[in-house]
Amino acid sequence: MLKIENLKVFHGPIEAVHGISLTVGKGKCVSLLGPNGAGKTSTISAICGVASCTGTIRLENVDLSTKHIEARVRSGISVSPEGRRVFSNLSVEENLILGGAIRSDLPEVKKDVGKWFDTFPILGERSRQPAGTLSGGEQQMLAIARALMSKPKILLLDEPSLGLAPMIVGQIFAMIKTLKAEGMTILLVEQNAHQALQLSDYAYLLNNGQVHAEGTAEILGNSDSLMAELTGIT
Amino acid sequence: MEYAAQQTMNALAFGAEYALLALGLAIVFSIMGLVNFAHGEVIAVGGYTMVAFAALITANPLIIIFGAVGACIIASLALERVAFRPVRYADATTGLLTAFGVSMILQNLFLLLVSPRPIAVTSLYFLDWPMEIFGIRVSSLQVFESVSTVVVIMALMMFLRRTKLGLAMRAASLDFEMVRLMGIKANRVFAMAFMISGLLAGLACIFIMARRGSVDPHLGFNPVLKAFVACVVGGFGSLPGAVLGGFLLGAVEVGMLVLLPQEYGGMKDAFVFGIIGLVLVWRPDGILSPAQEKGDKL
Repeated sequence: MLKIENLKVFHGPIEAVHGISLTVGKGKCVSLLGPNGAGKTSTISAICGVASCTGTIRLENVDLSTKHIEARVRSGISVSPEGRRVFSNLSVEENLILGGAIRSDLPEVKKDVGKWFDTFPILGERSRQPAGTLSGGEQQMLAIARALMSKPKILLLDEPSLGLAPMIVGQIFAMIKTLKAEGMTILLVEQNAHQALQLSDYAYLLNNGQVHAEGTAEILGNSDSLMAELTGIT
Repeated sequence: MEYAAQQTMNALAFGAEYALLALGLAIVFSIMGLVNFAHGEVIAVGGYTMVAFAALITANPLIIIFGAVGACIIASLALERVAFRPVRYADATTGLLTAFGVSMILQNLFLLLVSPRPIAVTSLYFLDWPMEIFGIRVSSLQVFESVSTVVVIMALMMFLRRTKLGLAMRAASLDFEMVRLMGIKANRVFAMAFMISGLLAGLACIFIMARRGSVDPHLGFNPVLKAFVACVVGGFGSLPGAVLGGFLLGAVEVGMLVLLPQEYGGMKDAFVFGIIGLVLVWRPDGILSPAQEKGDKL
């Protein structure tokens, strides 16, 4: 589904990612793991079109690399970004409606908003509150739900567990698991390697802007030396 | 009683004009961080369009009014396309200097190509007649101005709350990149902001022209300067702040006219700006600073 080859990402004059290649198959959940500064978020930004990059990015054989941000979203990419970035001055409901902005069927969009409120009653209760008043975990749920409102072909999740309490992290991962079970294709960026590997089919370990190791979740998860490197526990 | 009511109407009418213009500045600023000093020239374009329509096409005031508003919208959109789009993602200072540059070029074009002298436009005098409401005589123009400003502000609120593009514009004031990541085209959001700004300028243009009865190259300079002050007082970039600042400025101005003894009348602006200064000492970011509602961006 998503195929990236020889991707180099630049932040101004600095090359943050030095030519990585990765593939996400349809219906699969693939993790990008690695320490801070490994180039995970840079990779996500490049896929979305936010960061400048070279190399090829293909979604279902459509070349995205020359397209604008908006066009990439319309091609089927959707992101729940690092730091959530919900529109804090808009209500929860308005956030979700904007998430479905590329769809022309407004009644269906409203129906989907209702579905999310059934899934997360806490969001439903606060539908008219500004999103900025939600807790971190609620904002994360909102950010993921907002990303799904556009009915994407692939969902990019950047650090969904960042800054959340362990119990909330569990809820977020349960949500991702449900999405995967429903057939959503997911590219997951995480520092929380243990939990990410539990629900991933395949994983890439990034370090210093390069793919350091890759393999199925079982192989990576059972390699003590890699896990030590990832988690910093020896 | 009648004197008080008339002065209240004065304050409302002044405030409405400032609010319209301040909203036009604020809506652009909130989205692209650009202080559009060329806003005044958009008003002048409207004024000259009235002259052209009245002289060449028709005496029908309705057509003249729609023509002027249309011209303001087109001028505003053209400014975005030609001048501001290339510097869209540049530094705020670049945008500011671009706006100043465009403003000067347009003013000088009016001077060179039209006339440095005021040109009379009499087609709008019919808007102003003494009107009686509950036995109090007021100027009809002031009533129109206040009422249409309120209607426009309410329509704008509806637009910003009920339509997808409106939601996108509110969201864009906080995080434009994220709005683009929702698949909403940046060009549409910018164009809409300038279109609304142009529409508001057009409406203000009608009332300014109806009151002054003439247009010169500097028609928009003073009103936009006042609108800028209104924006600063209300909190730059905040739309409710722009409206509040506009009406507040109108009220303070009229209040000074009423309260100051005749011999100090010439010092009205000094007192007005003194009060504005005090407000800014109290709230340096403006009364309804948007910074307060921003929350954490992480």
